[in-house]
Amino acid sequence: MTAGTADRPPAIEARPGAPSGLQAAARVFEHRAYQYRRAFRGSLFGSFVNPALFLLAMGVGLGGYVNATSPEAFDGVSYLQFLAPGMLAGAAMQQAIFESTFPVMYGLVWRRIFHAMYATPIGPRAVAVGTLAWIAFRLALVAAIFILVAWILGAVASPLAILGIPTAVLTGLAFAGPMGAFMATQRTPDKFSAIFRWLITPLFLFSGTFFPIESLPSALQPIAWLSPLWHGVELTRGLTLGTILDDPVRAVIHLAVLLALVGVGAALFIRIVREKLAA
Amino acid sequence: MPTEQTSQPLIHARGLTKRFGTFTAVDAVDFDVARGEAFGFLGPNGAGKTSTMRMIGCTSPSSSGTLRILDMDPETQGPEIRGLLGVVPQQDTLDEELTVRENLVIYGRYFGLSRAECGRRADELLEFAQLSERRNSRVEPLSGGMKRRLTIARALINEPEVLLLDEPTTGLDPQARHLLWDRLYRLKQRGVTLVLTTHYMDEAEQLCDRLVVMDKAKIVAEGSPRELIDRYSTREVAEMRFPVGVQETLDGQLDGLADRIEHLPDRVLLYAEDGEAVAEAAHHRGLRPETVLVRRSTLEDVFLRLTGRSLVD
Repeated sequence: MTAGTADRPPAIEARPGAPSGLQAAARVFEHRAYQYRRAFRGSLFGSFVNPALFLLAMGVGLGGYVNATSPEAFDGVSYLQFLAPGMLAGAAMQQAIFESTFPVMYGLVWRRIFHAMYATPIGPRAVAVGTLAWIAFRLALVAAIFILVAWILGAVASPLAILGIPTAVLTGLAFAGPMGAFMATQRTPDKFSAIFRWLITPLFLFSGTFFPIESLPSALQPIAWLSPLWHGVELTRGLTLGTILDDPVRAVIHLAVLLALVGVGAALFIRIVREKLAA
Repeated sequence: MPTEQTSQPLIHARGLTKRFGTFTAVDAVDFDVARGEAFGFLGPNGAGKTSTMRMIGCTSPSSSGTLRILDMDPETQGPEIRGLLGVVPQQDTLDEELTVRENLVIYGRYFGLSRAECGRRADELLEFAQLSERRNSRVEPLSGGMKRRLTIARALINEPEVLLLDEPTTGLDPQARHLLWDRLYRLKQRGVTLVLTTHYMDEAEQLCDRLVVMDKAKIVAEGSPRELIDRYSTREVAEMRFPVGVQETLDGQLDGLADRIEHLPDRVLLYAEDGEAVAEAAHHRGLRPETVLVRRSTLEDVFLRLTGRSLVD
């Protein structure tokens, strides 16, 4: 409070001051919730239908065939139970990639709503954090529905599967941060399809989602270890099968890799959004 | 010293500079904006108006110089200052995925207003912006003028001390512009301080109590529209258009007819106290322009005088 404040009209005193970082991010989150309200039903429906179709076709259909020909191929668990956590982590990755691509373009380039936010007491950090928080929320929602569907279909072997929700959030955010940061540097989404084709699809296919990476040629296996998705898949699988505590060190390593990626990705995203907004 | 504080300008800039790498967008400008006035930055595209506005809006840090807004420092109190400003950017930044009313409500939330208060103000502002009938319509199909009005309404949701408008009517048709000017005039009547940029001289004349003329990153003149015209131009102008090819051959034939003569690519401007007299004198000299238009001097003439160029190329 300076000496001059007293001379201003009282209206100013009654105004809310600058928000805390958390409040500011919460308002950005709220904006996304407003946008989502309209797409809510369709999106929720899709979140049910997609895993159901995939788990039925591949887990039950293809899985029935796999189980009949080589019953011991997946360490005694059914193919459906092997596949479900892989699909969950993969779905989280894809969801996160979408959520961190077009909404970021929309905010910075297309409709410039991030710029509109920054014209208010909301700062660039809150814009970025609120955006990531929304992505986390969407991931949690998608994962919860996925796990419910998987449970109904008998694809879940352990109640620990409920922890698949935060794991899916982490797996997704490990991609959303870096992807959001990259898209924030772009004027057009042109590179998106190349990223999806050459990075996301191969990761989705070869990160232990559909088959163990041990089936890959041994030269390729270390590459799978570099895949963030593989760490997410392994962690999720340990939870839904209930085998996670068999090798806790391994689980901690997976978790640490994901957390590190989330941290680095988020920091990058915040930094680039700030550079773009406060030039 | 409280007495001095009250008379302090709302916005105070000295030597304000913005550089992007080696390019200087704003070069050591000085200006003050007082409470309740409508202050304009007039200049062509690329003059540094938008960069100046972004520094005032606390979304772009200055490279050097002093800037005080509402007696606060943008560098350390950006969020507090932004909470007291309303910003109408050059490009609309409305969320087209939301309805007209939702755009206002969510924006109010950014200023920390309760949902109920946001709703109350949104309805009031929709009335003011003459958009009540479109409240539940999506933003996307609205006309350019409606979007602009919605953007202004949105900028008012926090009842700002200062409204910053960057080229508020660029790209709008005349009818939409007049409607917008009317709304801005009403705001001015209510005591809202307006700071705007424009490259339209009629807009500056209509809205601004005082303005600075910017060219190539610098302020080249300052005053009220009337003062600037009096200082840098004559009362009237006779505009003469000659048949194609004739203007190039005139060569001294107009000399002495007016206080000052400007040769534009398509016409000649003769500045004088009495434009009709100039036109008559030209006729006596046997000059036969295709058209002669005698008009009052405008800020366009001021700009031409100061920079040798037109405002809108």
